[in-house]
Amino acid sequence: MSGKTVYDKLWDSHLVKKNEDGSALIYIDRHILHEVTSPQAFEGLRIAGRKPWRLDTNVATPDHNISTDPAERAAGVAGIPDATSRIQVQTLDDNCDHFGIKEFKMNEMGQGIVHVMGPELGATMPGFTVVCGDSHTATHGALACLAHGIGTSEVEHVLASQCLVTKKMKNMRVTVEGELGAGVTPKDVVLAIIADIGTAGGNGHAIEFAGSVFREMSIEGRMTVCNMAIEAGARVGLVAVDEKTVDYCKGRQFMPSGDIFEQAAEYWRTLVSDADAVFDTEVSIDGNAIAPQVSWGTSPEMVVPVTANIPKVEDQTDEVKQKGVERALEYMGLEGGAPITSVYVDRVFIGSCTNSRIEDMRAAAKIVEGHRVSSSVKQALVVPGSQMVKEQAEAEGLHKIFIAAGLDWREPGCSMCLAMNADKLGAGEHCASTSNRNFEGRQGSGGRTHLMSPEMAAAAAITGHIVDVRTFSGEQS
Amino acid sequence: MKAFTQHSGIAGPMDRANVDTDMIIPKQFLKSIKRSGFGPNLFDELRYLDEGQPGQDCSHRPVNKDFPLNKPRYKDASILLARKNFGCGSSREHAPWALEDYGFRTIIAPSYADIFYNNCFKNGLLPVILTEQQVDVLFKEMNAAQGYQLTIDLVAQKVIRPNGESFDFEIDVFRKDCLVQGLDEIGLTMQSADAIKEYEKTREASQPWVFGAIK
Ligand code: SF4
Repeated sequence: MSGKTVYDKLWDSHLVKKNEDGSALIYIDRHILHEVTSPQAFEGLRIAGRKPWRLDTNVATPDHNISTDPAERAAGVAGIPDATSRIQVQTLDDNCDHFGIKEFKMNEMGQGIVHVMGPELGATMPGFTVVCGDSHTATHGALACLAHGIGTSEVEHVLASQCLVTKKMKNMRVTVEGELGAGVTPKDVVLAIIADIGTAGGNGHAIEFAGSVFREMSIEGRMTVCNMAIEAGARVGLVAVDEKTVDYCKGRQFMPSGDIFEQAAEYWRTLVSDADAVFDTEVSIDGNAIAPQVSWGTSPEMVVPVTANIPKVEDQTDEVKQKGVERALEYMGLEGGAPITSVYVDRVFIGSCTNSRIEDMRAAAKIVEGHRVSSSVKQALVVPGSQMVKEQAEAEGLHKIFIAAGLDWREPGCSMCLAMNADKLGAGEHCASTSNRNFEGRQGSGGRTHLMSPEMAAAAAITGHIVDVRTFSGEQS
Repeated sequence: MKAFTQHSGIAGPMDRANVDTDMIIPKQFLKSIKRSGFGPNLFDELRYLDEGQPGQDCSHRPVNKDFPLNKPRYKDASILLARKNFGCGSSREHAPWALEDYGFRTIIAPSYADIFYNNCFKNGLLPVILTEQQVDVLFKEMNAAQGYQLTIDLVAQKVIRPNGESFDFEIDVFRKDCLVQGLDEIGLTMQSADAIKEYEKTREASQPWVFGAIK
């Protein structure tokens, strides 16, 4: 018999029961909740007269539709301008209080975007199954977790039973060997992967990211990569445990300490794929060849290296692709064949569960330091992913660098990633964004998103157009 | 979930094909944080003359008197007679939530959209499938008689008419069992509660850090 992959090991260690129809009951170690996908689940519990199966597994926080404006935030829940959003946030507070679920409330230390908060508090531990009513839950796979998004009915299911009924996925390994060049970041790596395998490339699979590029990458960088597994079609993305994983876990709020930590770490170190493990699908990419990436279209696979031109309709091989490119160019208001660096940006968004951690803040600050946001840019938002990121960034004086350069320093939340609050693009506006989805209307009706790394977005804020961060000098053109 | 074995009640009409979920519950009501309370907005656009808003008190809204379910004779209807492809369109679980909240326990139609059909079972609502001819017979009898009452016997898989005659219907054994026993998916998982507890015991013995971390 061949060896096991990390995913196989995680699956086996959480199997409660196999059903005759091929589905299985899987135990869930950590459940993270937020205001948008939980209210009906809590109500369902109430109607059925059920209680959460375990309290010490759930952790909640509001993030999706809270305001990031400091003045509005200071006014508390009552200060949320939109009534529906206000009620949702209040309902999360009420439900958590009622059921006794640990919540980091809107302005409390610890609050943040669910996928930033979980790992930084140590609520996400290696070897865990982690679920959340949000499709970017794969982020937690950076700590070798089996982590994926679930729907509202499943949120209720997990609350009530601590289990999910699910089927095993296939194994896929994406190997990136080599060394990343200067100015090339984890975001560029994952965008290059999606451009290569496509948005359906990972369908039905759990992806393990392997190879020297990921071994060299920080845990935060691995989170950026796993975060976007869903954009490659995979609900699960993960990286095996190494010493960086163990070091990352040390000393975090919910992590064990002392002997128990050592015992846990010993187990965590077994979470690597066996040498003779077999993957259903294997892909490999040359890490040396990856350049900074930018999305030009309306799907996360519509990505080009910053040195390239926007694709032309006539260069597409088949009719379906031609139609796709044509429609995307039209929506984006772009001309095929023009250099991607010719695209001017109206707004810049540095944030989201993909790129709002302290390393992202530092990287963006380094670029903008000593420069000014281009006068053609209407707004450049920097939204830290959590209260802890915000506090750390302020301790390092990063906020001052951003403010001096003319960027807005905001309160933690999802913000312009999905535009459920006031942070939105106007119709036709182009945005250099560090988020993860560039679908039509994602950042506001008619808005045009260009996905890129924090460094690239910061550079675009200064020059006013998309620019190769490797040749960026800070001069405006 | 409420168990469903047998139900007797007044039948009411939704006499058109392809009733979509937006017709059952319009999109502006999806912003709600609730799963209940959709009853007053069931068929909102057909039922009222004005445009409904979430959170509004519907008791003072102008009612469309021509909409059959607004007629006094159908006031207490708990069985909905419908036409083919009922519940098509978006997958919103709010559609069965609204029907159930209104007071319907059963729908009788020649066919349903797949997702809607599935969603009904998750919410204790029984979607009965009869042939188009049989549904036609029921519509005719209902239109001819005030207070037309049907009995749905799920155990025997029969729709019993006032004259004592009945129509048989088919239903998947697993779904039938769930409804008869009042089991939803969560309820089913809860039947494995011992296995879950057993799993937790074993896990806690070898990996104590998994438990008790969040306080
Ligand atoms: S930041 Fe965006 S992708 Fe991430 S959880 Fe929030 S809305 Fe979802």
